[in-house]
Amino acid sequence: MPKLTIDGQPLEVPPGTNLIEAARRIGIEIPHYCYHPALSIAGQCRLCVIDIEKVPRPQVACNTVVAEGMVVHTETERVLETRKSIMEFHLINHPLDCPVCDQAGECWLQIYYMKHGLYDPRMVDEKVHKPKAVPLGPHVMLDAERCILCSRCVRFCDEVTGTSELGIFHRGDRSEIGLFPGQELANKYSGNVVDICPVGALTDRDFRFQVRVWYLDTQKSICPGCARGCNIEVHVSRRRPHHAEGRRVVRLKPRFNEAVNKWWICDAGRYGSAFVDDDTRLQVPARRDGEKTLEIAWTEMIPLAAGRLRGYRADEIGILASPTLSNEDLFLLRRLCDALGVGAVDYRVPPARPGDEDDFLIRADKSANSRGAALIGLGGADARAILGAARDRRVKCLWIFGHDLLASAWPEGEVRDGLRGAETVIFQGTNANRTSAYAHLVLPAAAYPEREGTWTNFEGRVQRFRQALAPLGRALPDWEILGRLLQEVQGAPRPARAEECFRDLAATEPAFAGMTYRSIGDAGQLVRAARP
Amino acid sequence: MNQPAAVPTEAILTRNFGRADSYTLTAYRETGGYAGWAKALALEPAAITDAVKRSNLRGLGGAGFPTGTKWSFVPKGHAGPIYLVINADEGEPGTVKDRYLLERDPHALIEGMLIAARAIGSRLAFVYIRGEYITPWRRFSAAVREAYDAGYLGRGLDVVVHRGAGAYICGEETGLISSLEGRKGWPKLKPPFPAIKGAFGAPTIVNNVETICQVPHIVNRGPEWFAALGTKTQGGTRLYSVSGRVRRPGVYEASVAVTLRQLIYEHAGGVTGNGRLKAVVPGGASAAILRADEIDVTMDVDGLRNAGTMAGSAGVIVMDETVSIPDALRVVARFYAHESCGQCTPCRETTGWIHRMTERIVEGRGHKEDLDTILDVARRGTGTTICAFYDGAVGPYISYIEKFRAEFEALIRHA
Repeated sequence: MPKLTIDGQPLEVPPGTNLIEAARRIGIEIPHYCYHPALSIAGQCRLCVIDIEKVPRPQVACNTVVAEGMVVHTETERVLETRKSIMEFHLINHPLDCPVCDQAGECWLQIYYMKHGLYDPRMVDEKVHKPKAVPLGPHVMLDAERCILCSRCVRFCDEVTGTSELGIFHRGDRSEIGLFPGQELANKYSGNVVDICPVGALTDRDFRFQVRVWYLDTQKSICPGCARGCNIEVHVSRRRPHHAEGRRVVRLKPRFNEAVNKWWICDAGRYGSAFVDDDTRLQVPARRDGEKTLEIAWTEMIPLAAGRLRGYRADEIGILASPTLSNEDLFLLRRLCDALGVGAVDYRVPPARPGDEDDFLIRADKSANSRGAALIGLGGADARAILGAARDRRVKCLWIFGHDLLASAWPEGEVRDGLRGAETVIFQGTNANRTSAYAHLVLPAAAYPEREGTWTNFEGRVQRFRQALAPLGRALPDWEILGRLLQEVQGAPRPARAEECFRDLAATEPAFAGMTYRSIGDAGQLVRAARP
Repeated sequence: MNQPAAVPTEAILTRNFGRADSYTLTAYRETGGYAGWAKALALEPAAITDAVKRSNLRGLGGAGFPTGTKWSFVPKGHAGPIYLVINADEGEPGTVKDRYLLERDPHALIEGMLIAARAIGSRLAFVYIRGEYITPWRRFSAAVREAYDAGYLGRGLDVVVHRGAGAYICGEETGLISSLEGRKGWPKLKPPFPAIKGAFGAPTIVNNVETICQVPHIVNRGPEWFAALGTKTQGGTRLYSVSGRVRRPGVYEASVAVTLRQLIYEHAGGVTGNGRLKAVVPGGASAAILRADEIDVTMDVDGLRNAGTMAGSAGVIVMDETVSIPDALRVVARFYAHESCGQCTPCRETTGWIHRMTERIVEGRGHKEDLDTILDVARRGTGTTICAFYDGAVGPYISYIEKFRAEFEALIRHA
C-alpha cells in the first residue's frame, strides 16, 4: 500500500485511492462539488485543488491517485487563493436566493462560502437567467439558476440507474441541466438526485416550502418499505408543528450503509412515510359494541383483551402476525402464544399483486421483517387455513396484526366469511383499514418512527430503527402492548424497553445469540446463519 | 533592421496549390505523390517515428508539441486497436490553412496518414472535419475514395471521415475525441492521456491536418533536410493565414523561422487602413497580442513563446492604428464566452462575465475597477481548467489590456 503524507501526517492507503478519500481517512476534508464516491470522476468543479510537492501546478484531488512518497499540501497559500476564486466563480451567476431556497441551511454553497470563500463580491453585471421551478418528474423540481453544473445528477442517471434521462444542454454560462426530449425523471430512484445535488438546484417537490431544514430533527432509522431494509434518516418537524401542513415526518433521507443500500433509497421508500401522519392512524384503544364504538383506556383494554384470549380454548384462537412487526414484538408474541398454548399462528398473507423488484435495491417482499418472523418461529401454521377455520367457527378469536386481508390475494368473499365467522376479532396496528372495520377490539400501535426496535432484512442483517417522535394519541409500541398482555396473562414482569425484549430474544433464540443493540450499532449485524 | 536569413522560397505544402486539379490523385502523383509512402513501407515503424523526431516537426494545430515524441507515447506491444485521429476541426479565429490543404491537396493528408498509422500501429483512422467545411469535406472524401480505388487505403488502413457540428471546443484533442465517440464535445480529464486511453478507450494519436501533411516530405527527403528548414528546435515550413489590415491577405507558406515583420510586409504586402501598424495577433485568437514594435520575432514555437505569446495555429491578424483594441477584445471575449464548453467552473462562469465587462467598457458604461477585475479574474482562472481553452482566452484578456491600457481607460473615463 502506498505511503504518503498529507499536511504533514503520514498515512498508508490502498492503491487507487484518490486524494479526497485519502485525506478523509485522516480527518482532512478537501472541499469539492462534483466528486461523489459512487460516481465516475468528472473533475469539473475545480474546487478540490491541492498542491503536491515537485508538481508545478495545483492538481485536482479527485483525479489524483495516491503514489508512494507523495507529499500533499491542502492548505498552501496558492490552494487557499484558488479555492476562494473557484467559490467566487461558482457564485457569479448564482441568484443568491437563500431566503426562499429550500436548500438553505444544508447548502454546500453556503457552507463552503463561509469556509473557503469570504471574498468581497465584484460581480455587478446582469446574471445569466435560466428556467426556474421546472418539474423534471413526479418528485424532482429543477431551478437551473441555482445549478452549479457539477453533473452529479446526470452521472447518477447514467451510471447508477442506467436510465440516462438527464443531460447538460447548451454551452458556457448558458449550460443547463435538463431532460432529453420525451424523457421524464421518473425512474424508481429519482429522488436520490436531490440528495446528491450539493445546492438548491434539485429539490423534492413534496418538501418544497414545507419547513426550513434548521427546524428539523433527525433520527437514524430503517426503511420499512421492503425486505432490503435500507438505512435511512427520518427528518421530523416538531419545533414548528404548524409547518408542513402539520406533517411530523417531513422527509426520509438515505443513510450510508456499504452492505445494504450504499448512498441510495428507492422512491417508493422515500415517499412512503405518509401513513405515519395520515387520517387513518389508530390513536385510541377502542371496543366495538354492536353498532357503537367505545374509546377506552389501556388500563381497561388490557384486561379486556387478555380476558378474551383466556376465555377461549387455545385451539379456538388464531393469530395472523405481521412480518412488519419488529423482532422484539415477534418474540413477545411468541411468548404469549406459548403461555396461551396457541399454535395457529402465521405471518404470511400474500399480497393481491406480487411486489415489484429489481436487481438493485427493491425487493418483491414488501415487509421489513419476514426473515425475523421466520427465525423467531411464527410461521408454524397456514394463515389461509386459520381464516378458513374462523369461517367454520373452529377458530372463535382472530387476532390480526396490521394486515388488510381484504387487500390480499385471497378472494374477498372468503376473507369476509372468515372475519364474520369469528366471535372476537382483535386488530392491532398503526392504521385503520377495511379489515380493522371488522374488529371488536382495536389496539392502536405506534408507527416505526415513534418507537424503537430491530428488523432482520432478507439477507439476515438485524438493523435498529430508533424513535424520532412520540406515538400519536395513545398508541403504544407493539412490544409494549404485547408485554402488558403477557403480564396480564402470565403475571410476568413486563419489559420497560425494547432493548430488554431484544436481550431476552438473544438469550433464547440461537440465531440472535450474542447480539446486543450495541453490537448491532449503526451498520447492523448478520444473524448467525447468515454470517460468512 | 536586421533581417534573419532569407526564408526558403521552395513550396512544399503548397507546391500543388497552383494547379486547378491539384486535389486529384493524378495531379498528386505527377508531383511525386505517394513516394514517401513507398519509402515508409520499407521502414520499421520505430524508424519512422525516429525520423519524425529528428525532423523537429512540431504540432501545427496550436500546441506545438513534438510530433515524433507524441507518437512514441503509444504503449509498446499494445494488443487492441490503436487509432489515428486527424484534427481537421480548424476553428481558431484567423486560421484557414487546413481548409486550403483539404481542398487543394487532400492526398497529401492521406499519404501522411498512411505513414503515421504505420508508425503508431493503427489500422483505423478518423478524420474529424469542421462542420462548416463543405468543400474541404467533399474534396477530401473524394480523395479517400480515389485512394481506396488505387489500393492505398483498405490494405492495412481504413479511414472514417466524420463531420463536426460547429463547436470550437471540438478542436481540442480530447473534446474532439468525446465528440467522435458520440458524446457532447467536452474535453476529458487527464490522466489518462489519449495516447494511453483515447477514442473509445483505445490508445489514440490526434494530429492536426498540416502536421500530418508534412510527414511524407520528411520521409521522402529526410529529417535532416526538414529540420534545416527551420530553427534549432522546430523544423520545416508552415502555412500562415494572414488576415486583417494587410494589402494581400491569404495563406502563405514560409519557414517557421520567418519573422512576423516579413510576413506582414513581404508576404502580405504591408499594412492597409491608415497604413500604420498598431498590433498583431501572431498565432490565432488565443495568442497574446503584440505591439507594432514587437514584430521582429521569428514565428517558431519557441521564438514566439519567448516573446510572451504563442505560435498557435499561425493565424496572423493584423490591426492598423484605426482599430479599437477594446472593441477587438470585446469581439474576442464574445467568442470565448460563446464557445466555452461550460464544463469547468472558472471558464464557464468567467468567460461570460468578462465578455459582459468588455461590452460595458466599449459601450461607455465601464467602471474604473473593471480592468483590474478582468486581469485578476483571468490570472486566477489561468491553469485551473481541464483543457487549454481558458488559458487561450486569458492570452487576449491580459495582453490587450496590459499593452493598450490607456485606450481602455480613455473609454472608461468618458463613461
